[in-house]
Amino acid sequence: MSNFSKLNLLILVLFGVVIGLGCYSFIYAKGYSYMSDDPKACVNCHVMRENMDSWQKSAHHHVAKCNDCHLPHNIVGKYAVKALNGWNHSVAFTLQNFHEPILIKEHSLKVVKSSCLTCHQPMVQAMDRTDKNHNEEANCLHCHRGVGHVR
Amino acid sequence: MNKNKWMFLAVGGAAIITVLVTALLVNIFERKSEEKNPFYRVVEITDDIDDPAIWGKNFPHQYDSYLKTADMTRTKYGGSEAFPHIPTDKDPRDVVSAQKLDEDPRLKIMWAGYAFSKDFREERGHAYMLVDQIFTERQNVAKQPGTCLNCHASTYLLYKKLGDGDITKGFEEMGKIPYKDIVHSVQHPVSCIDCHDPSTMSLRITRPAFMEGIKLVKAQQGIKEYDVNKMASRQEMRSFVCGQCHVEYFFKGEEKRLTYPWGKGLKADQIMEYYKENGFKDWVHALTGAEVLKAQHPEFEMFNQGTHARAGVACVDCHMPYQRVGAMKVTDHQVRSPLLNINKACQTCHNVPEAELKARVETIQDRHTSLRDVAFDALVDYINDLKEFKDEKNPSETLMKARALQKEAQFLFDFVEAENSSGFHAPQEAARILGLSIEKVREGQKLVASLRAKKVAGK
Repeated sequence: MSNFSKLNLLILVLFGVVIGLGCYSFIYAKGYSYMSDDPKACVNCHVMRENMDSWQKSAHHHVAKCNDCHLPHNIVGKYAVKALNGWNHSVAFTLQNFHEPILIKEHSLKVVKSSCLTCHQPMVQAMDRTDKNHNEEANCLHCHRGVGHVR
Repeated sequence: MNKNKWMFLAVGGAAIITVLVTALLVNIFERKSEEKNPFYRVVEITDDIDDPAIWGKNFPHQYDSYLKTADMTRTKYGGSEAFPHIPTDKDPRDVVSAQKLDEDPRLKIMWAGYAFSKDFREERGHAYMLVDQIFTERQNVAKQPGTCLNCHASTYLLYKKLGDGDITKGFEEMGKIPYKDIVHSVQHPVSCIDCHDPSTMSLRITRPAFMEGIKLVKAQQGIKEYDVNKMASRQEMRSFVCGQCHVEYFFKGEEKRLTYPWGKGLKADQIMEYYKENGFKDWVHALTGAEVLKAQHPEFEMFNQGTHARAGVACVDCHMPYQRVGAMKVTDHQVRSPLLNINKACQTCHNVPEAELKARVETIQDRHTSLRDVAFDALVDYINDLKEFKDEKNPSETLMKARALQKEAQFLFDFVEAENSSGFHAPQEAARILGLSIEKVREGQKLVASLRAKKVAGK
């Protein structure tokens, strides 16, 4: 073996180590679970424990899981928002620099509001959902605060 | 050459990625183990260790925040600011809080003839509860009983020592000894052991006076033979531990037994009725000759009349809210005003911007303060009215009634004044009591008018 190919081998080994370590971290942190709709994936991050506990006692427990309200209902939007939120959450939790109590971001709130309509549209379509004075969309959660989980 | 450069970059890049991935892995591991092990038993804690630093070895986060009660911070109407103090032999403190007697001289008139008219400073954090009591000027003006220590020191071990393991017996013994003789037997301000069971860390009541007081309150609700340490719910305990000290009280009889006047209920007027029946007084007013009472700091009673208590909120929810430390949830042991920690104290329930919440609280406190000033002026006016009858040799029945009305008006006012929330705990109840106080003054002033008329007619 020439000198050059020995070095090449070393680099390949190094990359193998990195990939192996990366894969192990992914498995150890249950990274694969984030591809699923299982609510347990959300409590991989300990911060969501209260939300999970109260969701289990909530009115929507039998009909909607975390992803049903917090992600768009089309395949592209769903994984785009999942990726974005996943990134934000992991950065926030690793750096420990998030606001307490946790506040929902504006774009996520929009997703949640439209999720309400996905199921309840037939019931509420006759309602005028726009407050013309303030140019604000009516917010289901303004009154129905506890339907999903306590904040 | 070019190939070497690429190899160099590849190795360097792989190294950096390895560092980052490993750091992340370790971080994930730490968070996971934090969640599994909320604490590590570094030392064995028994029921005979009252030094918070030792408990703090097992519970470093709680202990760190507990130490922060030494911080001095103001809110609009409360809290404390640090003022320099030149240490003397009598009072070696180099920092004290504001002298309230100078800020509002009406207090001196209300408490004329009582130790509180000599020294009454802004309350400071728990860290100072013992030193501030030892070095207050009041100690030099009046002889205090050991009973005072019940709420100013960690007395649990002292109870056990004085009572041979029986805390109620020890509590009774401590009250009989003069303050100056017993104060050297305590080392710490309120400590872990006063609220926590060392074997389980669950909350517990250690003050016999509260056990007896809450038994009376529960009896009024039809609950017989109430044993607070066996029958209280977790959420109740999160208020009861505070209620061990943040209450109105008196020293009963020659034994100076610390007693909470809750036999008729927790409201100010019910407490006053209780005192009336027992003919209890704290001192004779120096300006009017009336027998009067000093209200203490009835936070527990007042809070129980408010909307937060009704909603099932406990003292700890607002004054010691949960904080997140890594993956752990830790109760913040820096007991302080919720106004200094609005996001954790208020926003857990109130989905409203911080500035708005602060404005709401201050609006309540602004209104409270203006009504308090009206009531205070009325009371001081009345004390000035009664001054001219102070030296009556044989006080008429009317004068005795007028003096009794001062006692009532003053107690009701002082009950609200001594309460630490500046009206926030129960705004409407505070207003009702202040209104009642003003009403007593009005009734009294009618009597004074008739006394004056008689005096003029007599001459």
